Amino acid sequence: MRVNVHVNGEPMVADDVWEGESLLYVLRERLGLPGAKNACEQGECGSCTVYLDGITVCACLVAAGQAEGREVVTVEGLSEGRARRRGGAHDRNPRPDPDADGVAGPRLDRLDEVQRCFVEAGAVQCGFCTPGLVVQAHSLIASASRVPEDAEIREALAGNLCRCTGYEKILDAVRLAAARVHARAAAEDARTVPGGADD
Amino acid sequence: MTVWREAVGTPAARVEGPAKVTGRAGYTYDRPVTDPAYAFPVQATIARGRVASIDSAAAAGVEGVLAVVTHRDAARLADTGDAELAVLQSDEVGFRGQFVGVVVAETPQAARYAAGLVRVEYEQRPHDTELRADRPGLYAPEQVNGGFVSDTDEGDVDAAMEAAAVTVDRAYTTPMEFNSPMEPHVSVAVWDPGERAPGGGFAEGARLTLFDSTQGPHVVRSTLAQVFGLPPERVRVISPYVGGGFGSKGMPHAHNVLAALAAWAVPGRPVKLALTRQQMFALAGHRTPTIQRVRLGAGADGRLTAVAHEVVEHTSAIKEFAEQTAVGARMMYAAPNRRTSHRLAALDVPVPSWMRAPGEAPGFFALEVAMDELAQACGLDPIELRARNDPEVDPESGRPWSGRHLVRCLREGAARFGWAERTAPGTRLVGRELVGLGVAASTYPYYRLPGSRAVVEYEGGGRYTVRIGAADIGTGAWTALTQIAADALGCRLRAVRVEIGDSDLPAATVAGGSSGTTSWGSAVVAACRAFRHVYGEQPPAGAEAGADMPDDPDAERFAMHSFGAQFAEVRVDADTGEVRVPRMLGVFSVGRVVNPRTARSQFIGGMTMGLSMALHERGVLDHRTGHVINHDLAEYHIATHADVVDVDAVWLDEEDVHAGPLGARGIGEIGIVGAAAAIANAVHNATGVRVRDLPITPDVLLR
Repeated sequence: MRVNVHVNGEPMVADDVWEGESLLYVLRERLGLPGAKNACEQGECGSCTVYLDGITVCACLVAAGQAEGREVVTVEGLSEGRARRRGGAHDRNPRPDPDADGVAGPRLDRLDEVQRCFVEAGAVQCGFCTPGLVVQAHSLIASASRVPEDAEIREALAGNLCRCTGYEKILDAVRLAAARVHARAAAEDARTVPGGADD
Repeated sequence: MTVWREAVGTPAARVEGPAKVTGRAGYTYDRPVTDPAYAFPVQATIARGRVASIDSAAAAGVEGVLAVVTHRDAARLADTGDAELAVLQSDEVGFRGQFVGVVVAETPQAARYAAGLVRVEYEQRPHDTELRADRPGLYAPEQVNGGFVSDTDEGDVDAAMEAAAVTVDRAYTTPMEFNSPMEPHVSVAVWDPGERAPGGGFAEGARLTLFDSTQGPHVVRSTLAQVFGLPPERVRVISPYVGGGFGSKGMPHAHNVLAALAAWAVPGRPVKLALTRQQMFALAGHRTPTIQRVRLGAGADGRLTAVAHEVVEHTSAIKEFAEQTAVGARMMYAAPNRRTSHRLAALDVPVPSWMRAPGEAPGFFALEVAMDELAQACGLDPIELRARNDPEVDPESGRPWSGRHLVRCLREGAARFGWAERTAPGTRLVGRELVGLGVAASTYPYYRLPGSRAVVEYEGGGRYTVRIGAADIGTGAWTALTQIAADALGCRLRAVRVEIGDSDLPAATVAGGSSGTTSWGSAVVAACRAFRHVYGEQPPAGAEAGADMPDDPDAERFAMHSFGAQFAEVRVDADTGEVRVPRMLGVFSVGRVVNPRTARSQFIGGMTMGLSMALHERGVLDHRTGHVINHDLAEYHIATHADVVDVDAVWLDEEDVHAGPLGARGIGEIGIVGAAAAIANAVHNATGVRVRDLPITPDVLLR
């Protein structure tokens, strides 16, 4: 069958999709977006977390056909200049970026706040759980009307397993990102209120 | 002399961090290969016997199937001495889950479906998978992992126990545990066949490229070269990004060979093989279950007169792996009479292997709970007991310590953790929760493995490339090596790019034994110094120099170990027996810390794995079938975000002047050592119930 799906803002088409294929497989193997990871195939680990119509799902548990006509956002879609990079990932042996304070790869200022905070807080180790965690944390922060409490963060991320970090630095990263995002939102609200910018 | 100031010791952000958070880091399965085919294994459904017949006709008829390979038609390997790696070479079955075939197809779905259609009939033989301390046939291995002798015996333990004022004599058990890195084991095999040898064997001209998720590209290369009978230069192993390993990717396993055999069967096609999470439980190594008897004899003042640590554990009948569970007890405490031993049961089980801190992780659960029991029996504070038994020199070798600061770690931790608030066992009830504090000591040896080489090249424009075929499995080694090279060259961090993860790069030892940063780092320092020696500060573009890791004479003269103190607070629900761990603190002495940010993650990650070991992890082997029945993340539980509240790690500000040019000892494994004991001791303090068998589940506390 043919599956039409918007991924990271672009219309995409996958042909000859077998009815039993997962959305994860289509993203990774057919659409050249290997950011979401395959680590358990049963929705236990969260490594394949993506947005489906704005709700986070384990892409391994979604049949590709269920995504027909819907919007998917993957970890690749959270940062600038991402979606056109097709055909898999090629970053090997990164050099610290001279413009990015010793950090390699894409410049920090081109990353989403959650991604940036994961790097800054040291929340990344082997990195295999990271794409799923970044999407799940992004969703938590975007949907909360305030900076979430620690217990809320832990509960929201309890479906994303990590074997390396011990979770502490992930919590730090999410706290940091939430604080920044909400501070920015508050500042923008203040600007849109007449006279508010002077307060 | 190199000055460690600009980069080493600073919390540099992970060099590959942005690649990982954006999904751009290319792990093994992510890397594009042209026109791939996909493999799915067929696994034995008996624990012991032989394959009587295989009917693969239905599988071969599935649309898209390219080949079904079994022992009848798999290419012959040159070296079948390692039974784990002698894949599809005979009809013998040594454990349930062993490979008996593989299907290669145009899609992974077709391969998987067809694999389920392969009909295998077996001639089953009686199997035995149950570890018991009283079983017949236990034997002493010639040596245990790490090259240590199996048994030691000094003085007269029995007489000392007889004469001791206070004794502890208890049995402790730990279950089968599984490394469970988040990235499953993946191999992508690409053959350049050359001329095929007569009979379909591997021709001398053949070349194998393996994209592999491994802790050591060079060891995979050398091992597979031998297995396939190829010169090492005709095998290349590439693995820049590795999604965790914890020892399970430290040596090649059967899937590496299976991927290459599968690719050999479909000429011209790269073959991708990813173990499923379930398959990993039979095929990617595990930690043996252990039955440990610990005997401690002491005077009324708590000074030890006898330490005995005797271990029974399993290995696979087809390949020996002897976990060095009792080795830590040889050096940990001063006692004139000491005995350690390891006895193995060779069972029809999957092949055990390295799992984070093999030996120390299970061994220090037993030893450190026993020490807590001794403290209780003597009426001493557990920290004071350990201080009284802190040896001035290594009890086993008689060598001086390069730096043993265990007591400092314990006292520092006690002050930070609020140890003075600890009350008598079972006396602190807050609401409906029993609260307790526990402590345990920790140690891990300093290993600096020989065999690494680094090369430095000046690219011009102020930029240097350092090459070494090392692996960063999430440890932070990539970043640490970049920092080390920057300081050793005397340039800015951003001027250095380090290339790792490819056997075409200079040789490097495995990322194991917490040895990576010290071993590879020493080679990088030597190469940078050699470079400056030849080219000075104004090198021409293209200038290149390399060096091998220098010898380490101090390693022969000193007893070199990292040490640590583990603290835990537990809250036990008085009604349900549920154990929560609101706080853990580790205080470590590890020599110089190259990168505080990545080091802290290593410590905390290890401690959390220890929490997971204490409360969650248990592989359940069904002895009727030899099957690990809880073989997935739904039923083999590892700690989640919601299990962790406040885990912190600190370390002494020090360098170990005997530990190579960096003054750093390893840090990757010590975090797990003693963590489970600290929690078990805290559970005792909370409830008065002494738990000697892991994991600590609510039912144990409700009995």
